[in-house]
Amino acid sequence: MTTVRMRNGPMITATLVLALNIPMASAQGERNTSGKKDVYAELAKAPKKAVARRNPFEGDPDAVAAGEKLFGLHCAECHGEMAEGGRKAPSLLADPVQQAAPGTLFWILTNGVVRHGMPVWSKLPEPQRWQLVSYLKSLAPAGKSP
Amino acid sequence: MEIMKPLRSPVHATRSHLELVVIVLLLAVFTSLARAQESPYIVTYDHYLEEPGSLEVEYFSTFGTQRGGNDFHAFWTEFEYGATAWWTTELYVDGQTTFNDSTIFTGFRWENRFRLLEREHFINPVLYIEYEQTGGADKILKEVEGHDVESDYAVPNAIARREHNHELETKLLLSKTFRGWNIAENTIATKNLTGGNSWEFGYAIGASRPLALKASAHRCNFCGENFIAGVEIYGGLGDRYSFGLHDTSQYLAPVAAWNLPSDWTLRLSPGFGLNDKSHRFLLRWGVSREFSGFGDMIARVFGGRKQ
Repeated sequence: MTTVRMRNGPMITATLVLALNIPMASAQGERNTSGKKDVYAELAKAPKKAVARRNPFEGDPDAVAAGEKLFGLHCAECHGEMAEGGRKAPSLLADPVQQAAPGTLFWILTNGVVRHGMPVWSKLPEPQRWQLVSYLKSLAPAGKSP
Repeated sequence: MEIMKPLRSPVHATRSHLELVVIVLLLAVFTSLARAQESPYIVTYDHYLEEPGSLEVEYFSTFGTQRGGNDFHAFWTEFEYGATAWWTTELYVDGQTTFNDSTIFTGFRWENRFRLLEREHFINPVLYIEYEQTGGADKILKEVEGHDVESDYAVPNAIARREHNHELETKLLLSKTFRGWNIAENTIATKNLTGGNSWEFGYAIGASRPLALKASAHRCNFCGENFIAGVEIYGGLGDRYSFGLHDTSQYLAPVAAWNLPSDWTLRLSPGFGLNDKSHRFLLRWGVSREFSGFGDMIARVFGGRKQ
């Protein structure tokens, strides 16, 4: 039987975890800032079948309101309260996003952009992801939506 | 039965409490709260990782009945941090109270989960690697493996705590969400690094679904979208030399989570032993809160980045 002193173990481990990981997260944030063009380029990677999908809530004002609530809960932390973008994530008011098809935005939400720090959001049920898409498309200035 | 002496002196305990207060204050000042759609599982893992830079603080309790010994209340705290979108790291601190016996600290665990594929696929694999330094008195039953059976937990704390284990635990987490249902399967392989122990195996399977798939347009506590219900089944699969279900414990546990708009998640899970080697009843519950921007907060506190 091995005897081990465990009193300081958790503290040492916690310090190691923080020391190892926080620079990783910070570095990732910096990469996100410099790589926003790459993030927008992800939109072009959506398969045709995904792009062609239609938003079942198109034209539904309740879906926009629900999407706004979901955006505040899950997205605003990184993309900004008004979707204007932040240090960690790009603006969703930018042309590449606003001109993207609803199916493309749904595909990005589902798959994330893991390499650039955006997690997958398939844990949100499909209707909620479409509600988010409804809200994002409602942010487009009049006449700029595809 | 003799009551165990506390592990720490009053001075150490006061200092620890002060450290805890400082950490909580820092979290309150520098981080914001985020409401995540938390899974209801307590044993099973799905493939969703912590959001990058977020810290989730979780507390869980397990009350267990014990034949041939005293019932117990085991508890653990988790600090789960999203290092990147593909890597989550987590520190656990475990303890337990055995009724009519004592309350003791039983060890810690350091867990890492790595997302293996960049996008969503038909099945999404995540690799789980954990190092555990736990005592023989650990009773949190966070997973069941090998030939873990109820009688192992009947040993009095004074004897059980003398055993110290270093364990390497690996899991392959497979998970899929389809039409609101999440189905997750975990295969467990554990090696006790002390002595000449063989690899032990276990599994956990879970299925869950929110009560409503569509979000309501207004803020609400009792909307169906805030509740997720499901079931998990888990147990041991023996070891390298005697693989299978014989002489193992098996459990079935309904699970439910309530993601409160006030930023808390509550979980509840009554578990039932499926054979004579299992505890008859395990009641688990947990409470958690997620703090977004924890990584940024630490960077600012230590003179790093300016916002």
